Amino acid sequence: MSDARAAILAKMRAAMGRGRDDDARRAAVTDRLQRSPRGLIPARGQLDPAGRIDLFCEMAEKVQASIARLPSSADVPAAVSDYLKSKNLPARVRTGADTRLAGLPWQGQAHLEVAHGPAQADDMASVSHALGGVAETGTLMLTSGPDNPTTLNFVPEHHIVVLRAADIAGDYETLWDRVREIHGKGVMPRTVNLVTGPSRSADIEQTLLLGAHGPRALHILVVGE
Amino acid sequence: MVEITSPAFKANAREALADAPLQRALGHVRSGFIAKRAVAAEALPEFDRLRDNARDIKDHALAHLDLYLEAYADKVEAAGGHVHWAETAEDARRIILDICRSKNARTVTKGKSMITEEIGLNAFLEEHSVAPVETDLGEYIIQLRGEHPSHIIAPAVHVNKDQVEADFRRVHTHLDPDRNLDEPTTLLGEARAVLREKYFQADIGITGANFLVAETGTSVIVTNEGNGDLTQSLPKTHVVVASIEKIVPTLEDVSQILRVLARSATGQDMSVYTTFSTGPRREADPDGPEDYHVVLLDNGRSSMLGTEFQDMLRCIRCGACMNHCPVYHAVGGHAYGWVYPGPMGAVLTPSLIGVDQSGHLPNASTFCGRCESVCPMRIPLPKMMRHWREREFSRNLNPAAARYGLGLWAFFAKRPALYQALTRVAIGTLGLMGRARGRFRAMPLAGGWTRYRDLPAPEGGTFQAQWAKRHGNSRRGTR
Repeated sequence: MSDARAAILAKMRAAMGRGRDDDARRAAVTDRLQRSPRGLIPARGQLDPAGRIDLFCEMAEKVQASIARLPSSADVPAAVSDYLKSKNLPARVRTGADTRLAGLPWQGQAHLEVAHGPAQADDMASVSHALGGVAETGTLMLTSGPDNPTTLNFVPEHHIVVLRAADIAGDYETLWDRVREIHGKGVMPRTVNLVTGPSRSADIEQTLLLGAHGPRALHILVVGE
Repeated sequence: MVEITSPAFKANAREALADAPLQRALGHVRSGFIAKRAVAAEALPEFDRLRDNARDIKDHALAHLDLYLEAYADKVEAAGGHVHWAETAEDARRIILDICRSKNARTVTKGKSMITEEIGLNAFLEEHSVAPVETDLGEYIIQLRGEHPSHIIAPAVHVNKDQVEADFRRVHTHLDPDRNLDEPTTLLGEARAVLREKYFQADIGITGANFLVAETGTSVIVTNEGNGDLTQSLPKTHVVVASIEKIVPTLEDVSQILRVLARSATGQDMSVYTTFSTGPRREADPDGPEDYHVVLLDNGRSSMLGTEFQDMLRCIRCGACMNHCPVYHAVGGHAYGWVYPGPMGAVLTPSLIGVDQSGHLPNASTFCGRCESVCPMRIPLPKMMRHWREREFSRNLNPAAARYGLGLWAFFAKRPALYQALTRVAIGTLGLMGRARGRFRAMPLAGGWTRYRDLPAPEGGTFQAQWAKRHGNSRRGTR
């Protein structure tokens, strides 16, 4: 359909009128794509690290996520077990190949079964590691890959997410820079998920209900200070 | 195709006003959305300045739309995706069907997408033996009912709970007929279970896009349910259908607009899932689609560039304008007679299907201005409705009586002395005639008003006389 491409672009250029300076337009576009200038960043999230962590937790809880603060990542397996027990769930979770999760003392939880790979239809709970958090709105950023398969974020009823406190930024823009550091400018992993609370719908008489199609519950383990 | 009933707007509106269940359902729009938006906007001190930025970003993108589209398409292809350009709805349908056929697809799941409504995709796929399954709860409900969305973000807002229950009992015949469906949570749970199977069975997942990012070749969807994500991450093929004006330059630009989108739409600070998709799954990825296609649809939009309707292309489909519209509150979305209802529909529909078909829509406004005052993209909706009214008039599309009436009024309005003399006499006469009751039950040429309510009898002089008097009394006065 390259004819259609040419036709649509020609229509646009005709509509934009003659006499425009194409070199200047091209320069403006290239410049913006290269510089990706930041706009206005709300003051709300621009806090010191401790303030950011507190605000993140407050905002995430406001949208019905639950939070557990853990001193160290070594506490994660026990916290996962505790969560499953508290929800009367089977002692079984699925995770990806994230080395930050794989290296944890799971063997200390004798009854906890840890499966790996993408989500299966009958998975009840999954554990992912977030790339970061955004204090401004209590939002998690998760990126796809063998370490954290995207389906783990959506198929199981309970999604447990490990987030290092040090990875909580004030705003989205800081996390975009982090994605660029990892993948390169202008390059993205297949999927980047910004997740703010568990799944919900208000499609029946505008009454808010949790657990529409994605997870019914989002449990965030904030690790470290 | 979606049947166009916009020419019958007046009859549609009359029917809607008499529809008791619809009126009950519309109460939820009035009571919910307005207060929630106000609270969310109030809580963010930078909200109005972010609206300015959002407007400027889209204006910049539209001024360079050809170049950003090229940059975007190059990036999609660099990430291993395919870009298809569609000039018309028919082209888009054909492209999507070809993708379905190349994959031998029998079932496609769909995330919520107004653009696929615009191109009438579901009916077309069904005609060609591909079964589309809507997965957004509201869209699922109206698909069961054989209806179209009546609101761009709350498609089933016209449906009441008892109607959903009846539809589920009618369609989900594999379930116990005596099951209890009294609670909305039970209805949600049932839809969740039914659709779960569909996500895993589907050959292709189709979504729309809230944004296309030129910097990275990324399509973005914004949802609360997570259905769009299951739709696009479980099947082997992901097809994105998006119109050309969804382009924004960078991830920073998306982030600016996201800060006003959910707040304006549902009063959330952020929707639950904002998902950025770039190309198919990567070599080492254990999940995600193996194929990624983007269908870029023009369908009349490029003709809006450089016209007085270009600003409409800033629209991010948040629904705030209809949530705040007294006309929408009264008649709901279906009365508008095509895909896009409310103020944004009243402006966009004539651009896309012609003002000859939809001239009633820009007239269905009181010009109260609430839509513009809440629009996160600062689109001058009333002004653009006025442009459509002018075009309608200049093309002789409105009824003869209205044209003669306007012509007559214009004759006098252009002759101020005559106008003032005549109105003075008319006001005086009406005032005398109505002195006893203070109002009229009937009035020649004003039957449209007096059929439903009395016309108050004028008291005192004309507006201009009162104005002159007040102005004379206090020269520095209160305007």
